[in-house]
Amino acid sequence: MKKPIRVLIAKPGLDGHDRGAIVVAHALRDAGFEVIYTGIRQTPEQIAATAVQEDVRAVGLSCLSGAHLRLFPRVVEILREKGAGDILVFGGGIVPEEDIPRLKEAGIAAVFGPGTMTAEIIDYLRRSIT
Amino acid sequence: MGLAAAIANGDARAASRLLSWIEDGDRRAAAELKELYRLPAPSSVLGLTGPPGAGKSTIADALVGRYRARGERVGVLAVDPSSPISGGAVLGDRIRMQRHATDGGVFIRSMASRSWPGGLSRAAADAVRVLAAHGCRTVIVETVGTGQGEVDVTRIADTVVLVCTPAAGDKIQAIKAGVLEIADIVALNKDDLPDADVAARSIETAFRMRPPGGWRVPLVRTRARDGEGIGGLASAIERHGRFIAGGGILGRKRLANAAHHLRSIVRERLLEKIAARLPDDREMERRAARLLDGSIDPYSLAEEIIESL
Repeated sequence: MKKPIRVLIAKPGLDGHDRGAIVVAHALRDAGFEVIYTGIRQTPEQIAATAVQEDVRAVGLSCLSGAHLRLFPRVVEILREKGAGDILVFGGGIVPEEDIPRLKEAGIAAVFGPGTMTAEIIDYLRRSIT
Repeated sequence: MGLAAAIANGDARAASRLLSWIEDGDRRAAAELKELYRLPAPSSVLGLTGPPGAGKSTIADALVGRYRARGERVGVLAVDPSSPISGGAVLGDRIRMQRHATDGGVFIRSMASRSWPGGLSRAAADAVRVLAAHGCRTVIVETVGTGQGEVDVTRIADTVVLVCTPAAGDKIQAIKAGVLEIADIVALNKDDLPDADVAARSIETAFRMRPPGGWRVPLVRTRARDGEGIGGLASAIERHGRFIAGGGILGRKRLANAAHHLRSIVRERLLEKIAARLPDDREMERRAARLLDGSIDPYSLAEEIIESL
C-alpha cells in the first residue's frame, strides 16, 4: 500500500499573510503528500502539539512578521521536550540571509525564502524523509 | 513497552503512531489492536456528516468545548478527501478546532480518506478504539463533505448529526435519499442566512413522513461560529443517547456494526491472501490476449483463473 508522507504546514506569529503557506500546502498535495494545515496565528505550543497528534514527519513554518528567530526555535524546543525531536522542522517566509545560520543552529533543517520553486521544497522533503 | 500499553498510559505520541500504522495498513498494527480491543469502547460515538462547508468542523469545535467544560476527555477524527489524482490531501478541519490544540484532554486527528468510499477512511473504526484507549470516552467522527451515498458514519456512530445550511435549499431535496435518511438529528447551521425558515420547513416536512412511534428526528437551528444553538444541539444529542440506551437499540446497533467491521476485516484479509496468489501483470496480459481475438470471453476466463488458484 502507498503511504503518503504527512506534513504539517503552520503559521506561527501574528501576521496574517497565508498565501505562501497555502501555495506550499497545495503543491505538496499535488505531489502526493498529506498536508495538515492549521491556519494563521498559531502559537509554537499549538504547532508542536498538533505535530504530535497528527504524527507528521515534517513541520513547515511560515512567518512574515519578523519573529522567526524567536518562534521557529521555540517549536523545535517544544517538539524535543515532547520526545518528538525526530520531526523535521523547516521554515520559510521573510527571513534575512544572516538569520539562517542561527536558525540552523537551533535545529531548523532548512529555510526557503521568497522565490523558492515549490519543486525544490518537494525534492528536499522527499530526500530528507525516508 | 508496546504502543498499546503506552497509549493506555496516556502517551499521545504512541496513539498518533498507531493511528498512522492503521492508516498505512502496517503489519505491526494488528498486534497492538488485539490488545486495545480488550479495553472498553467509547461510551459515546457521535457522527457529524453533511455537505462541504456546512460547518461540521465548527460544530465539532463547539461541542468539544461543551464536553471539556464538563471535564470529559474528547477525541475527534476529522476526515477530508484524498486527491484521486496525486493521492495527496490538504487536511484543514483542524483550523476550526485549534483552540483545543494544547488541551491535553482533547485528541484531534485529521485523516485523509485515501480513496476509501463511504465518507470515512478505512482506518476509522479502529481509530475510534485508539482514541478510546487514550481515555476519550466521547469520540466525534467528522466525515468528508458528503453528497448522497456516503453513509459509512452510521457504521461507527451511535448518533448521527446531519449538518446542513439554508443555502443548500435545493440540495436538501437532493440529499433526501442519502444522508438525510441516516440522520438522527439535523442541525440547520448558518441559520441567519436567507431562506432559513423555508429550509427548516422542508426538512421538517420530510421527517414528518416517517412512521410514528420511533425516534422523531429533531431539527436544531444553529449558528456555530457564534455558539448559537449549540446548547440545543447538545441536549438533542443527549436525548437521542437516552432514547437508544433504552429498549436495547444501542446494543443492537453496536452488534450490527461490530458484525459489519468483522466482515470487513475478514474480507480484507481474504483479499490480501488471494491477491498474493493472483497471476502477475505480465501473466494476466498473456492470458488476456485470448480476449482480443475473441476466442474466449472475460467471464469464462476469470472462472478458469479462479479455479486454478
